[in-house]
Amino acid sequence: MVMAETKKEQQTTTHKIGIYLWIWGLLFVLSFFSYMVDWFQFQGLLRWTLIVTFMLLKAGLIMAIFMHLFWERYALVNALLWPMTAIACFICLMVAEGKYTVFTRLFYFVVGG
Amino acid sequence: MSEQTSINNNLPQGFKGLTSDFGSDQTAFKGVNWGKAMMWIFLLSDTFIFSCFLISYMKVRASVVAEWPYPSEVFALDVGGVPVPLLLIAIMTFVLITSSGTMALAVKYGYEKNKKLCGMFLLFTALGGLTFVGMQAFEWSKLIFHEGVRPWGNPFGAAQFGSFFFMITGFHGTHVSIGVIFLFIFSRKAFRGDFDTGKKGFFTSMKSDYVAIEILGLYWHFVDLVWVFIFAFFYLW
Repeated sequence: MVMAETKKEQQTTTHKIGIYLWIWGLLFVLSFFSYMVDWFQFQGLLRWTLIVTFMLLKAGLIMAIFMHLFWERYALVNALLWPMTAIACFICLMVAEGKYTVFTRLFYFVVGG
Repeated sequence: MSEQTSINNNLPQGFKGLTSDFGSDQTAFKGVNWGKAMMWIFLLSDTFIFSCFLISYMKVRASVVAEWPYPSEVFALDVGGVPVPLLLIAIMTFVLITSSGTMALAVKYGYEKNKKLCGMFLLFTALGGLTFVGMQAFEWSKLIFHEGVRPWGNPFGAAQFGSFFFMITGFHGTHVSIGVIFLFIFSRKAFRGDFDTGKKGFFTSMKSDYVAIEILGLYWHFVDLVWVFIFAFFYLW
């Protein structure tokens, strides 16, 4: 009985080596691509879109496969990912705040207090 | 562990599992090893710290009136008299990803109770981390001694650049260094067979279990994860 259960447990916690090597390779390729963004000096919106896309893909692969979040209990996944969504909202707030700060700085440097 | 698995198999899965876990008494995250859950909670709090660093960096960079130093040129490395942009940073990225891959393999072989391969891959991971920290030390000393970057000013542009650079990469480097220390300790424990015999740890005096390798792995992958964001926002942006 115990033996059967340990066997079942091993099936859920270990995976074939292939998946790790695949993800490893993908991370290398994605890192190479994001380095190429700088190498070819893409600028402006194209640069930022590419950087963020590669970054999110890499982060997603590391979290889902390497950190086993894909196989983790749904309650834990939610407890982790929703606070991170709140961080995304925080980023949006601070982008607006940064724009306002630079506007007031430039405005008062030019017009005066 | 086997008891936990049998609990896990009888629990509702998916969204129903989510509501029943949070609606239950005593424990959420049913069937999840507590050490793993606690490491995840710690990593979440660490995410907040790194987010605060990166968000304040973003906010300052967006609102300074002076020109922000161009990272592609600041972090260029001379190869035979030709400056190659971000070369050292790219190598550091690849080294850290490689160590993340070896860590994943160490976790896999740990669960297969293969102590030799597990210890060996932990050792490779530690050496990768050590290489990373070494290259970071080289990068810091280059910026501090040769280019005169200080937390309060630098020759390239906006004065805030230095303080953010040292704070963010320094905090990340500290994480890597702590990880390297634990990787060496765990590699020795794995080679010695502590995880097979269930020997009690010298500090926590808890029985050693291969799940500890996965918990250490979570920490190490997190360090790699943070570097992904630093690489994108600080070096490439």
